[in-house]
Amino acid sequence: MLSYVGRRVLQSVPLLIGVSIIGFALMHLAPGGPLAVYTLNPTITNQDIERIRIVLGLDQPVHIQYFKWASGMATGNWGYTFFGGRPVLGVILERMPATFLLMGSALSLAILIGCTIGVLGAVRRYSVFDMMATSGAMVALSFPTFWFGLMAIYLFAIKLGWLPSGGMYELGEEDNLLDLVRHLILPCLVLALVITAVWSRYTRSAFLEVMHQDYMRTAKAKGLRAPARLLRHALPNALKPLIALLGIELPALFSGALVTETIFGWPGMGRLFVDALNMKEYPVLMGMIMFTALFVIVGNLVADILIALLDPRVRLS
Amino acid sequence: MDAAPAVLEARNLRVGFRIPGGTMRAVDGVSFALRQGETLGLVGESGSGKTMTSLALLRLLESPPAELAAEAILFEGRDLLRLSEGAMADLRGARLSMIFQEPMTSLNPLMAIGRQIDEPLVTHLGLSARAARARTLDLLARVGIARPEQAVRAYPHQLSGGMRQRVMIAIALACRPAVLIADEPTTALDVTVQAQILALLRTLQEEMGTAILLITHDLAVIAETAHRVAVMYAGRIVETGPVAALFARPLHPYTEGLLRSIPRISRVREATLPEIPGVVPAPGQLPAGCAFAARCGFADDACHATRPVLTPSGEGREVACWKPRHG
Ligand SMILES: Nc1ncnc2c1ncn2[C@@H]1O[C@H](COP(=O)(O)OP(=O)(O)OP(=O)(O)O)[C@@H](O)[C@H]1O
Ligand SMILES: [Mg+2]
Repeated sequence: MLSYVGRRVLQSVPLLIGVSIIGFALMHLAPGGPLAVYTLNPTITNQDIERIRIVLGLDQPVHIQYFKWASGMATGNWGYTFFGGRPVLGVILERMPATFLLMGSALSLAILIGCTIGVLGAVRRYSVFDMMATSGAMVALSFPTFWFGLMAIYLFAIKLGWLPSGGMYELGEEDNLLDLVRHLILPCLVLALVITAVWSRYTRSAFLEVMHQDYMRTAKAKGLRAPARLLRHALPNALKPLIALLGIELPALFSGALVTETIFGWPGMGRLFVDALNMKEYPVLMGMIMFTALFVIVGNLVADILIALLDPRVRLS
Repeated sequence: MDAAPAVLEARNLRVGFRIPGGTMRAVDGVSFALRQGETLGLVGESGSGKTMTSLALLRLLESPPAELAAEAILFEGRDLLRLSEGAMADLRGARLSMIFQEPMTSLNPLMAIGRQIDEPLVTHLGLSARAARARTLDLLARVGIARPEQAVRAYPHQLSGGMRQRVMIAIALACRPAVLIADEPTTALDVTVQAQILALLRTLQEEMGTAILLITHDLAVIAETAHRVAVMYAGRIVETGPVAALFARPLHPYTEGLLRSIPRISRVREATLPEIPGVVPAPGQLPAGCAFAARCGFADDACHATRPVLTPSGEGREVACWKPRHG
């Protein structure tokens, strides 16, 4: 088991290097290069730009720049923002709790509801409930997230006035947990909606697949009742593909959070990314890309380890 | 043996699949009685409805698509068709067990062997985890698995097909059932393992007095293991009787053809006779008369026109044929 984990960690290193090279290349291929934004500023002369180029090390050959930047990344120095010169890692980490709160709450809610709907749909296949769940998921998946976001704001914030339309706190209410929850509800529900739809489908098909396996018939032939068969035999087997899918779905979850944060003015990493994009803050964008990649890779690693814990064929091979 | 009462009796068992434009009968009016402690062989070619029959007996058919109907399925005097699903679950694995054709996929791949054998013991006999485990170790030894202490911790993928089938047998016999239904228990195994598993079933049957419905397409297996045999063709039983008499003097032309296709038996017959030409008619395309008529060398107009029913022909034998052999 330990050697399995070690092997998987080592496998993710080249992946991370690959991502860093692609990210670095994208930054340098961007129109006008990293300093393009300064050319829009009339008070900055060409000589100023040249000086900045040297100060930032942008005059050196690309591969030298990459190695400097990459070794900085590896040692925790993720560079500094163009505007304000703040450490990039700090800027990103500052926004992390807000994003993780939104993503974590939406994901938990979605998995809880989505899996329940999926299991019920699989157990009662083609029932009225199953049909309704299926069409509901189709509707949820065929509208873009931002549309749901705008509709939610219009209905619950503007028309009914039940909930705030955006932000994370009212001014001066930073320590008020209730206020935080009130702000969290709408973005969380909007983000959870699509994930719920996706997970109800995944869970349904994972359970359907498992329920027709020979060992499920054996479980029934042993005289086990339905709850025991579902919990002891179907669930662990169905969980395996679902855990793998959770790893794969992480990037989609991230981009869903990005859109949701933008609509609701939620001060998380998604907003940071959009702001950095508008201001051509390349160090921040790079940092974000690397952070996301790291997050996704670690997420998949955790998923793989969970699968190995669940499945002796993976663990003992 | 003849005096023993029936422990499991199927009366006019039918299994249908709803298809566009009607119902397809995979099992079409099967009746038989399994007596206490005996082994009844159920033979037939692939697709003749053996598995559907066995699943129907335990009410394990997936419905939909399958639809089960019968006059009665009597087990220890009770009609299984009238039992609630809960009462049925109490019987399954306790009084009425089943092992399947595919030992490779019939065990839960994520659960250690020991826990899978513990389950029926805990569920049906209400044993504590420790008491169940002690019984499990004993069972593993009895089904011929060396070092049971290690085997309980093994996972299915670490065992060979023969070992897995032994584990399946341990699960099925854990609660000393009155009836074991074995659906081609050795088909997926190679020949030497096949003989070992059959010998094991015989030994355990003698110890526990379990009646076995042994389903197979291999008459050699029947010859070695069964007391009586029922021959199935296209969802119906066409001939039944004690093994020795039926093998010596088959009455149905289909039985005769089947016997001829086993080399070991055909020594006593003329080895040059051709095997049965043609194929089993698909369920749903059954003719009005005898289902075997199209492949039968003796069929005449009567055979094609009217379906023969099982009729006693002495010595505890029955045959469904208008022109029985040796008649
Ligand atoms: N889900 C299904 N839908 C329609 N027909 C089915 C279905 N399952 C089985 N059948 C039909 O039922 C018939 C009997 O099948 P069964 O599995 O009982 O045969 P068998 O005698 O056990 O054969 P084998 O030796 O291959 O195991 C077959 O002709 C098959 O085509
Ligand atoms: Mg079969």
